[in-house]
Amino acid sequence: MIVAEQKPLQEIRRMISPYERVLILGCGTCMTVCDAGGEREVSFLHNALRLAQSKGGNEAHRFLEYTLKRQCESEFLETLVDKVGDVDAILSLGCGIGVQAIAERFPDTPVLPGVNTSFMGMSKEQGVWDERCAACGDCRLEDTAGICPITRCTKGILNGPCAGTKNGKCEANKDMDCAWVLIYKRLERLGQLEKMRRYYPMRNFRAIPRPKRLVRTPVGVGEDNG
Amino acid sequence: MANSLFEEKLHSDEFLVTTEVGPPKGVDVSEMIHHIDILKDKVDAINMTDHQSSVMRFPSLGGCLLVKERGGEPILQMTCRDRNRLALQADLLLAYSRGIVNVLCLTGDSIDVGDHKEAKPVFDSDSVQLLRMIRTLESGKDIAGNDLKGAPKFCIGASVHPEADFIEPQLVKFDKKVSAGAQFFQTQGIFDLGSLRRFMQYASQFDVKILAGIIVLASARMAQYMNANVPGIIISQAIIDELAGVEKGKGLQKGIEIAARFIKTIKEENLCHGVHIMAVGNESIVPDIIEAAQLVVAPR
Repeated sequence: MIVAEQKPLQEIRRMISPYERVLILGCGTCMTVCDAGGEREVSFLHNALRLAQSKGGNEAHRFLEYTLKRQCESEFLETLVDKVGDVDAILSLGCGIGVQAIAERFPDTPVLPGVNTSFMGMSKEQGVWDERCAACGDCRLEDTAGICPITRCTKGILNGPCAGTKNGKCEANKDMDCAWVLIYKRLERLGQLEKMRRYYPMRNFRAIPRPKRLVRTPVGVGEDNG
Repeated sequence: MANSLFEEKLHSDEFLVTTEVGPPKGVDVSEMIHHIDILKDKVDAINMTDHQSSVMRFPSLGGCLLVKERGGEPILQMTCRDRNRLALQADLLLAYSRGIVNVLCLTGDSIDVGDHKEAKPVFDSDSVQLLRMIRTLESGKDIAGNDLKGAPKFCIGASVHPEADFIEPQLVKFDKKVSAGAQFFQTQGIFDLGSLRRFMQYASQFDVKILAGIIVLASARMAQYMNANVPGIIISQAIIDELAGVEKGKGLQKGIEIAARFIKTIKEENLCHGVHIMAVGNESIVPDIIEAAQLVVAPR
């Protein structure tokens, strides 16, 4: 899933300051799971903003709150049509994709990002998320025992560890495992160390050029993949 | 035919001595020139570090040009941290055109350990890929397969970490570097000759020259600091204790003594093919180490 964290309240207050009527818009998918912008966080943020406003004096915002099932898909955005007319801005607690989907659908309404979208990852324990995929468009997990060196090695290198690894940790962050130590140990366990010994050439950054677009040709009945 | 004086020496049976000079942060290169001048006739080659520890400095290529100007033999340290494949190839073409042909291919320290922590880390290539990139340029093509107008010839090396606490993956990478064309290796700092002996038992099967990295420590505190903060450094407690045992102000002298002792042993026992002395900011004491270790470098 996509992992994000809510922006500091001060930054959110600065962003909304020109607008009177603000829709705080949550997202029911990734942002709910990572506790950054689901229904609960929308409600918390609404209260925090109201409280800050009452303490701070003359800012007169009116807030609406709403949470879409998914901000990144146009079919879900249609339920917003009758709400958008009543607000001066939308404070989206969706990821960067959600914010842009709303901006594309509602060209006359300013959209503000309420979270910093961080990475694609998974929950490790309560309140901890770890990055796992860089969406590089050229997946090599087969060669690396299911552990991604592009994401989990700070240098994203492909031919084994650098010399900075110590106690199985990374030179950039002593709390972070060295991806190549993990890869080596798991390949050894799987009896696949020959994959470690192979030479891997430089990455192809055109695998999916930026901005990336994926076009899937429909597969007819009886063709491949069927 | 050898492409450089250093490559010629690699083909000989001489015990090789290299050292490194770190370029300054700024344009006052007088101290660097002084270091080059006092070292150039005492060693077989001088490495120029490439923003070592990811700290922005005068570039290694500029330092190598100065080594050439002063009549020394430079080794260009080239990391993949700051340049993508276009910039790496371009710098290699420039280096060759100015007579800089010895290149030490390194992945490069993480941006996070340096003084520009918010910079974009490049790492378009790694050290193994850089070695291959150089061999491709030598074939008269760039790595996209386009013809070059004039092909360079280099003498290329890499680093290896015999004291890594988990050696197996490091050895796999060492093999890849040898296969990619590395002719010489300058190791990370050696603080335990046992690990060098074990590594050489493995490495001696390959036709490459190994220069043991000797880091000159100036105090027990420096050793502890390096253990905690410098990527890949593992200094044994015995060395730290030895440094801690001397009276105040005598640390560097003890460091020189330790370095000289290591070098003498390595040479006497014929453990590897030479040494690479890293004085980390104390370049001016390298001649003292060379003298204390009774090393004589063949005339250039």
